[in-house]
Amino acid sequence: MSATTAFARNQWYVAAYSQEVGEELLARTICGEPIVLYRTTDGTAVGLADRCVHRRYPLSMSRRDGDRIVCGYHGFTYEPSGACVYVPAQTRIPRTARVPAYPVVEQDTLVWVWIGDPENADPADVPRVPWLDAPGWTTVRGMEPLAARYGLLVDNLMDLSHETYLHGGYIGTPEVAETPITTEVDEDAGIVRVSRRMKDVECPPFYARSTGIAGRIDRWQDIEYRPPCLYQLHSRIAPTGVEPGPDGDDRAACHAEIVYAITPETEHTTLDFWMVSRDFAVGDEEVSEYLATSNHTVVMQDVVALNALEQVIAAEPAGYQELSINIDTGGLAARRMLRDLL
Amino acid sequence: MTGTTVYRIVWSPGSDRLVGVCHCGADQEADDPVRLWQWLLAHPEHEAMDDRE
Ligand SMILES: [Fe+2]
Ligand SMILES: [Zn+2]
Repeated sequence: MSATTAFARNQWYVAAYSQEVGEELLARTICGEPIVLYRTTDGTAVGLADRCVHRRYPLSMSRRDGDRIVCGYHGFTYEPSGACVYVPAQTRIPRTARVPAYPVVEQDTLVWVWIGDPENADPADVPRVPWLDAPGWTTVRGMEPLAARYGLLVDNLMDLSHETYLHGGYIGTPEVAETPITTEVDEDAGIVRVSRRMKDVECPPFYARSTGIAGRIDRWQDIEYRPPCLYQLHSRIAPTGVEPGPDGDDRAACHAEIVYAITPETEHTTLDFWMVSRDFAVGDEEVSEYLATSNHTVVMQDVVALNALEQVIAAEPAGYQELSINIDTGGLAARRMLRDLL
Repeated sequence: MTGTTVYRIVWSPGSDRLVGVCHCGADQEADDPVRLWQWLLAHPEHEAMDDRE
């Protein structure tokens, strides 16, 4: 595959968390494109191509002069717009002296960049993830670099029956792999949904310790994947038998929003942004610490598995015939939508 | 956010059977998700399908 077909272009991708973008120059590669991110003095997040137009030196290894970047190799100086305003030892600045500036949208604590033709970038298309930044919610988060292609993370997250085998003792219980699922493809919204509603089941430690619910639970897992980048698992945990009220009031239940931004870095590596937002134990630092540690463990179990899979796939001859069964219904739908975006 | 062009597949583990329902109302049973997605996404040309492998 060439770089032009490996990734869905003309799409918004999460490049960083808001908290990562500041004074320092942050280097990120998104869909094979090296980008330097920083925040101007007025607070605006900026993304420029991370290569000086002169001799390709990474601007991320350079220094700032106010809102400008001064290339650390020969001093070419760039505005946040990408325009070069200074070259060494001469007054004429070549017309082509500019680096591409990426459309950036910062919203809900996420910094999204547009990969594709800047003309087509519409900030209104950036999906909302309100719980990351809403009162009444607390979020823990992290980012793990994955030495595996992003499609493997999509497969992984679309089929949560793997929780039972890979994450037993954390979020997996036998019922996850045994409960009916409904898969929906919403072509208008560009979303794949997989829903699993478990009744009267064991509460895994991840939720027992964080919610304080002692007995058996009703556990809902409603996945919403919006290709290519945004995956959300709307997780509802309630003492068994507790239903939402007729008006939709569901305050008697605990809600966790498990959010992933699946950002291709290169054809064979991925940035795995993971977030856990909750509307229970809000602001409780002990619970935050527990959920952050547990979820990091769970994410690392996936990272190890997917890195191993990448090695397997990279080494095998072309044309390997996979076997798909019923649990793959959602994963197959996600793959098809991703293919259609290429 | 829910559109009108929705394809749905329902599966009850243990039954081994999948039921696909198209937004046009057509439905089909199958025991292979690959073939069932093909059948659904062929809308509006849903072809007769042998529902067992
Ligand atoms: Fe996992
Ligand atoms: Zn149809």
